[in-house]
Amino acid sequence: MTMRYVQEFRDGAAAQGLVARIEAAASRPVNLMEVCGTHTVSVFRHGIRGLLPPPVNLLSGPGCPVCVTTNADIDKAIALAQQEGVTLATFGDMMKVPGSYQSLQQAKADGADVRVVYSPRDSVRLARDNPHRPVIFFAVGFETTAPTIAASLLEAQRLGVTNFYVFAVHKLIPPAMIALLESGEVRIDGFICPGHVSVIIGSRPYEPIAKRYGVPCVISGFEPLDVLQGIEMLLRQTAEELAEVEIQYSRGVRPEGNPLARELMYRVFEVSDAGWRGLGCIPGSGLKLRPEYRAFDAEQAFPVEPPPTKEHRGCLCGEVLRGVITPPECPLFAKACTPEKPIGPCMVSSEGTCAGWYQYGPRS
Amino acid sequence: MCLAIPARVIEINEGEGLVELAGVVREVSFMLLPDARVGDYVLLHAGYALQKVDEAEAEETIRLLAEIAEAGRSHA
Repeated sequence: MTMRYVQEFRDGAAAQGLVARIEAAASRPVNLMEVCGTHTVSVFRHGIRGLLPPPVNLLSGPGCPVCVTTNADIDKAIALAQQEGVTLATFGDMMKVPGSYQSLQQAKADGADVRVVYSPRDSVRLARDNPHRPVIFFAVGFETTAPTIAASLLEAQRLGVTNFYVFAVHKLIPPAMIALLESGEVRIDGFICPGHVSVIIGSRPYEPIAKRYGVPCVISGFEPLDVLQGIEMLLRQTAEELAEVEIQYSRGVRPEGNPLARELMYRVFEVSDAGWRGLGCIPGSGLKLRPEYRAFDAEQAFPVEPPPTKEHRGCLCGEVLRGVITPPECPLFAKACTPEKPIGPCMVSSEGTCAGWYQYGPRS
Repeated sequence: MCLAIPARVIEINEGEGLVELAGVVREVSFMLLPDARVGDYVLLHAGYALQKVDEAEAEETIRLLAEIAEAGRSHA
């Protein structure tokens, strides 16, 4: 079945044309970071690394929400799910991610009521249909997803659903990009900025990154031609020593983003500091419920004290998420850590960099 | 996880409705995109329409890509 606005961006001849332009523009070695996990998947699935000339090196960044969720947050979600009579609902991607001691999937096998939902609205419905059972939504995701959680919470409020709660560990992308640049750990010559985060935030939040740090930013779509065109636009900027914010994905991203979605997001949430796996605590990079919505706050309603967190010995997910190493440089990769028996979240999530390298990439 | 898929709006009723996506019909909320209309293509994420696909911009990108494909062929 052909899908409109998908098939048109997978044409082989145009890909060849873009690769030829990329080759012509790639005069010196450049590190381009694809910030978003959905880009990482697209890069691997469509074999984009193999099409690029040697000077163009793609780095995967911290843009897989599942991967950057800390063990502490996963442990807390599990502890919430283990409360007597409680249902915890979340997105399917979260189920297999190992916390310090177990995953939500293992907690479910041990008797906790953990449900996978496609939309946060489904968890509001679940709460409405089971009025005597607290339903907690474990909300993970970036600016793309946070407005959908805010909208669901407002919907629950409007419907008078009082047994719906949110445990939110949302994160914001631009502060993480700045934290990477500030660390100076990896040289980044250009950012392939996340298309669907930008559908919400628009292009303006990247302006300081381009201006202050001199790093070109191109907001790209997710089809193979979108990614290749994004790379070509970045190379054109690096060749001319420009650092501007451009939108390749103009069919989805307006410079102003979606102001209504942001208004609802900030009506329900306020900016907070947040802990990221691999990056530590980044000031102003998270979202927490505003005091007015405390009645929906799962942490307030169910104070839990999970056991002390521990990290997985030898797991280098943090380094992978910062773009410092590629997965094959981790001693566990494809040996102790595989998609069947993952140790770190980057191997669990379908958008994880390690899972991508395992499935599609070179092994050494 | 930030996947958002273009889907065609087939029904809207008080902020909720249906979209069609590769032959599959799904329920969707238009709470984040109240000005969507039947026939629009919208980006769908976690049960919500996030944005309209700008058809003119899409056509412009497709036209540019076709030019690049053509230029590639004539150089080959």
